[in-house]
Amino acid sequence: MRKLGWILVFVAIGIFISTLFLNHYTVLGKVFPGKSQILQMIDLGVQDDQKSISTSELRSMKFAMVKQMSDGPVKKHPISFFMLTFGLAALGSILIFIESFKKSASEQNLGVFHQKLTSRKWPAYLLLLALVAFYVLLYWFPYYLVEWTILVDPIAQLFNSEGQASHWFLYGFMYSYIMTLLGIRMLIKYRHNNYQIIRTITVWFFQIVFAFTIPEILASLNGSWAAIDLKNMWPLDYDFFNNGGLITYATESQPVMVNGGGLGLGFLIWGIVLFAVLVPILVYFFGKRWYCSWVCGCGGLAETLGDAFRHLSDNSLKAWKIERWMVHSVLVLAILMTILTLFTMFTGVWGVTGFIQEWYGFLIGSVFAGVIGTGFYPVFGNRVWCRFGCPLAAYMGIIQRFKSRFRVTVNGDQCISCGNCSTHCEMGIDVKAYAQKGQDIQRASCVGCGICEEVCPRGVLKLENKK
Amino acid sequence: MKHIVIIGNGISGITAARYIRKNSDAQITIISAESQYFFSRTALMYVFMGQVRFEDTYPYDQDFYRKNRLNLVFDRVESIDFSAKTLKLKATDSIVYDELILATGSKPRKLNIEGEKLEGIQGLYSKQDLEKLENKRNQIQKAIVLGGGLIGVELVEMLHYQRAEVDFVVRESGFWAEVLCEKEQRFIEEHIQSKGIRIHFNEEIRSFEGEGKVCQAFTKSGKKIEIDFAGITIGVEPNIEFLKNSELELQEGILVDEDFQTNIPNVYAIGDCAEHRNPIQNRKKIEQLWYTGKLQGKQLGENLGKGESQKYEPGPWFNSAKFFDIEFQNYGFVSNTKKEGQSEFIWKKGNKMFRLLFDSNTDEFIGINAFNLKFRHPVFDHWLRNKAGVEEVLQNLKTASFDGEFSKKYEEEIVRAFNQEIGRNVQLKKKMWYQKLISK
Repeated sequence: MRKLGWILVFVAIGIFISTLFLNHYTVLGKVFPGKSQILQMIDLGVQDDQKSISTSELRSMKFAMVKQMSDGPVKKHPISFFMLTFGLAALGSILIFIESFKKSASEQNLGVFHQKLTSRKWPAYLLLLALVAFYVLLYWFPYYLVEWTILVDPIAQLFNSEGQASHWFLYGFMYSYIMTLLGIRMLIKYRHNNYQIIRTITVWFFQIVFAFTIPEILASLNGSWAAIDLKNMWPLDYDFFNNGGLITYATESQPVMVNGGGLGLGFLIWGIVLFAVLVPILVYFFGKRWYCSWVCGCGGLAETLGDAFRHLSDNSLKAWKIERWMVHSVLVLAILMTILTLFTMFTGVWGVTGFIQEWYGFLIGSVFAGVIGTGFYPVFGNRVWCRFGCPLAAYMGIIQRFKSRFRVTVNGDQCISCGNCSTHCEMGIDVKAYAQKGQDIQRASCVGCGICEEVCPRGVLKLENKK
Repeated sequence: MKHIVIIGNGISGITAARYIRKNSDAQITIISAESQYFFSRTALMYVFMGQVRFEDTYPYDQDFYRKNRLNLVFDRVESIDFSAKTLKLKATDSIVYDELILATGSKPRKLNIEGEKLEGIQGLYSKQDLEKLENKRNQIQKAIVLGGGLIGVELVEMLHYQRAEVDFVVRESGFWAEVLCEKEQRFIEEHIQSKGIRIHFNEEIRSFEGEGKVCQAFTKSGKKIEIDFAGITIGVEPNIEFLKNSELELQEGILVDEDFQTNIPNVYAIGDCAEHRNPIQNRKKIEQLWYTGKLQGKQLGENLGKGESQKYEPGPWFNSAKFFDIEFQNYGFVSNTKKEGQSEFIWKKGNKMFRLLFDSNTDEFIGINAFNLKFRHPVFDHWLRNKAGVEEVLQNLKTASFDGEFSKKYEEEIVRAFNQEIGRNVQLKKKMWYQKLISK
């Protein structure tokens, strides 16, 4: 079954990649077999026009044009190809995951250092390459992925009559798809553990409903500016104050204007209440886990797709030092950038604001959170972004460290220093260093995933909120 | 500056070193022939089963030794000249000490039967044992494991992971009969058998046969078992071979007083290798547990660091183990058969069970064995120290529970069963923060 499952998955991936090359492109009655000539022509056309056009506008234009020209089997039979790719891969994955039913609770994490994919052998690097390549294409060269968006056009049709999936729709769909499948894996793997079951279902729900469905519905009703992920918040959502049409501002010294009417104002107030009021209260009572491993999309992917790689997180003292410097620097940077943004909005003075926004978006938003954050799962573990880069995690971490009821309680002197907890901590916390001293763990970075408690062979650890 | 030398870098030796350093600037040297750094012996099985790497079993990173100025020597002590206070080492220069701590641990007990030296027969204690087993992991298809104790079941689990067919040969009539009562033995046995392991009780191995490599094992009852591996886990004994024929007084282990003094001044012994002349009530002369090694190391370390000679006072007994999927926790002395004047309450449901003992006359809580039910150590420690009554224990079961969040709760059922069976009227109290309960 397991082998058959892997075969199906590989076949599906093979077909998925080949779809990118199956279509042809029709321009003014002429047919071109590949994308490269088309893209060259568009580039030449833009040069001829002599118009100044930003890179992101050019990117969207190229994407739209290639998508419009793309024709062929994928275009004609998107549903068949969808079943042969997403459908087949889902079937294969389920066949692999149901193997976990054969394993008992304490057998679920055995062998992670023996399997090549989960112990930094060549398949891990292959997956890393694939993930990185995907992110690079998605962020900077989406027009190469046009056929994949055609595959999900029928799903986009559910939300709007045009049925034109953008590359961001594709990404949202793939994200939800992967979290669903790997979420099923989690539910089977930890079927004996209610905390894991509830947490997995919750984080999946927030992805499907809040990150994917609601924004699409809002967009179909109110235009793309309203496509808001209501659970995403500043400072993780670094352009909360200046993007998405939530608040637009005149380029001159115009005062802030709420463009979205009542709904826009509602979003604005909700977003501020979320990070300024709800976060401190909820982190105080439950720790930052309520967000990081129960609600957050990045966390959701880390806990599903990333689960198989959690033991690869570096738990050395050195990594902890680097982590503290990095994550707090990003927080400071995000705050400074927001202050600058607000300053610009109120005064109309641009200065370096645009420059900083652009570079933050590129380096932190895209390269760090996406390419490195997810792409490097198979080598650096599944929480690289959350640990070293997420400004929201840093903010909540400060509250958790100094003012929270949440802790991982250590059961007296029962620790046998076996190291399972530290090894399987995705945040690279040396849990055992505390446990063997009988000291409760109250660390800023702990996302409360509960796996230390799960892998402890002596029942020494327990996540809880002090009464 | 005083030079304290510790032979053995296990839990006892390293804990002693840590506590000496807390109070003293003495020069500290730790010698081990087994491994460069202290590792957690209890985790060897998880290394074999690929859940951790060997380096993950180091309780302390290398910085710890530098920061605490602990000088590590990776070499074997061949002999000790106690009058000259000198250690003769195998590969490096001799070492002179002012104070010596012997924390040499154990070695696996041997059967002393025919064929025991054949290739493919080994114990499971040291790092070297693990390496030996790792080297032939893919060749093992049919194995037997001898000895119905904790290491035995660990080795069975490891071989099971490797998909070997395993026969588990136990001399006694039940599993871990030294500690568990019959009902508990059956409970564990059924679980082990459910994994496809064959257990043979009241059975022993008389001899092994094979040409160079073990092929057959012959049992007392006349059975012949075809094997390619045999694990011998019939217990451990103090590792004191190199100390024999010296002035050091030995019996089974190194004889020590309540403050770990041997018969030679400035020479101490702790952990698995120490034999107590006057063991504390209910405790064994030789304590071979991770926890007791840690407690002994702590006491001696504090003594030497402060220049005191406090007696070993480990506090209420506790222990833990794991048998495949069954987690075991124990607080207080729970003997395998209840003693006269003791009352017993057993509760079992599915894969969960516990056995609780209390004094029939005074109602004093004596101890508990819990399987797949987790309880708070500090709370039970508090009850045992303060001689709490059994009703107090049951009333506060919700606070004493250490089961995970959202897990199914059994306290109501347990108390109802207790009331019915023992004829009491215990009312379950609301859960409170456990530290409040202890501080009362």
